[in-house]
Amino acid sequence: VRVLVEYLDVFLGGLWVTFQICILSAIGALILGAIVAIMRISPVPPLRWLGTAYITVFRNIPLTVVMFFTAFALPVLGVDGSFLKLPGLTSLFARLGTDLPFFRLAAIALITYTAAFVCEALRSGVNAVPAGQSEAGRSIGLTFIQNLRFVVLPQAWKAAIVPLGSVIIAMIKNSALAGIFGVTGDLTSEGTTLVSAVGEPAVPVFTGIAAAYLVLTVPLGLLLDRIERRRAVTR
Amino acid sequence: MSIEPSVLYDAPGRRARRTTLIASIVSGIALAVGAYYLVYLPLARNDQFSLEKWGPLIDPGNPVFAQVWSLLAEGFVATLTAAACAVIASLTVGTALAVLRVQLKSWLNLRFTGFAAPVGAALRGLTWLLNGVTRVAVEIFRGIPVVITILFVWYGFREYGVRLETLWYLVIGLTIYNSIVIAEILRSGMDGLPTGQREAADSIGLSSYQRTRLVLLPQALRIMLPALISQLVVVLKDTSLGFIISYEEALREATFISQNLGNPIQVYLVVGVIFVGVNYSLSKLAQYVQHRLARGRRAAPTTGAAGTQLETEAVVGTTT
Repeated sequence: VRVLVEYLDVFLGGLWVTFQICILSAIGALILGAIVAIMRISPVPPLRWLGTAYITVFRNIPLTVVMFFTAFALPVLGVDGSFLKLPGLTSLFARLGTDLPFFRLAAIALITYTAAFVCEALRSGVNAVPAGQSEAGRSIGLTFIQNLRFVVLPQAWKAAIVPLGSVIIAMIKNSALAGIFGVTGDLTSEGTTLVSAVGEPAVPVFTGIAAAYLVLTVPLGLLLDRIERRRAVTR
Repeated sequence: MSIEPSVLYDAPGRRARRTTLIASIVSGIALAVGAYYLVYLPLARNDQFSLEKWGPLIDPGNPVFAQVWSLLAEGFVATLTAAACAVIASLTVGTALAVLRVQLKSWLNLRFTGFAAPVGAALRGLTWLLNGVTRVAVEIFRGIPVVITILFVWYGFREYGVRLETLWYLVIGLTIYNSIVIAEILRSGMDGLPTGQREAADSIGLSSYQRTRLVLLPQALRIMLPALISQLVVVLKDTSLGFIISYEEALREATFISQNLGNPIQVYLVVGVIFVGVNYSLSKLAQYVQHRLARGRRAAPTTGAAGTQLETEAVVGTTT
């Protein structure tokens, strides 16, 4: 307990960095995942193939390999993720603009990996809408866009929200890996530093780290449970 | 070119087919151009296609070819060993945990009338407490990253003087997380069974443990087989975390090779392809099993089949 109190600011700092990387990757993954999902359900075969290939690769590869790739292979090509240095974003997330590039590269790894799962959640949502719904929409003369806007997407959203939430929770947990690859200052790296460099006892330190992750994941999980229960009633 | 029937589109007419064809050609060209500029050119500019970088991996005549592949093979054997141990351990522990939780839940309804009043009350309090403890433990270990669990086991065990081979730290860390996930999968499978099963078991006089073991668990295992197989994919993927605690698995060997030969892109690409191959065939197996099960269900429809099907899908979705 002494360790927890003494290093409270370290834990809070780690929590903040982890939170930043999670928010950033969640937004990125939702956008990229939506794009891939659109490709996968589009009527144009090459786009569909690309989407399917993306899913196949990123669902079956360990995140560790993706991280290794971004950490060691991308720098060889001279990619340091500086295209993420968008003007508004860097002021919100100070770490994006710094020249320790692995924060950006870790975000890229998390985004590309999580996007595959986001895409699957979205697609399963769209597929959960009974075919009769959009047939009915078409038969009363809705255009394709109207059909999507008023008939398919509202229902697909309802079916997709819970899987999406679990994907995001999984992503928060996966973000722990970023600390191993040299994002300094996130929860995992702070924990390992405290144990191996400062020489604090491991059990209390990792209890603190675990508690900090629970602060991030448990509320989301409870929220999802509530949504799911409410949905179960309306169904 | 067949377009699979979709929720979103009508069967395409002649004009729609023409539009689709044009769009395919245009997007195909766009993708090719994009791949050339974004993938091929950066690689070529940095000289990544040279035989010097690829040779050790693909050219059997290369002096280090045999060495590289024997290292990689060693690594993958280590990965598979750890994965197999973790799978077996977490299946066993997970099943036990699922049974335990179901048992505790059914004991909650017991009144222990055969005992003296204070003993009965104490027993009820104990089951209540155990039920709460297991529930909280499940929630906690589900919410913690596997990385943290593995590090915890590694540092924690050594702090208390428990020295094991590196393999076992990894296996224990993976088992803690995955057995809980598997227990939850099985439990939701048992909850999803038609209530008639439970009532039938009760009415022929099975005890609550017999009911779980003989009636509920076998069916839950069958229904949840696809979810269980996709959890295997997760275990195999998570085994790669062993490099953190310096377990000599595939990725660690790959890193060692790439640091010596200076070709990280090529080595990680090869390792990635192998991982994708193995996991893809496992996922295909899960899909096949699910199809088989769905067909069996349709042949002999039972109430609640649709519900369990949905639930299976939900669980598959959550265990990423």
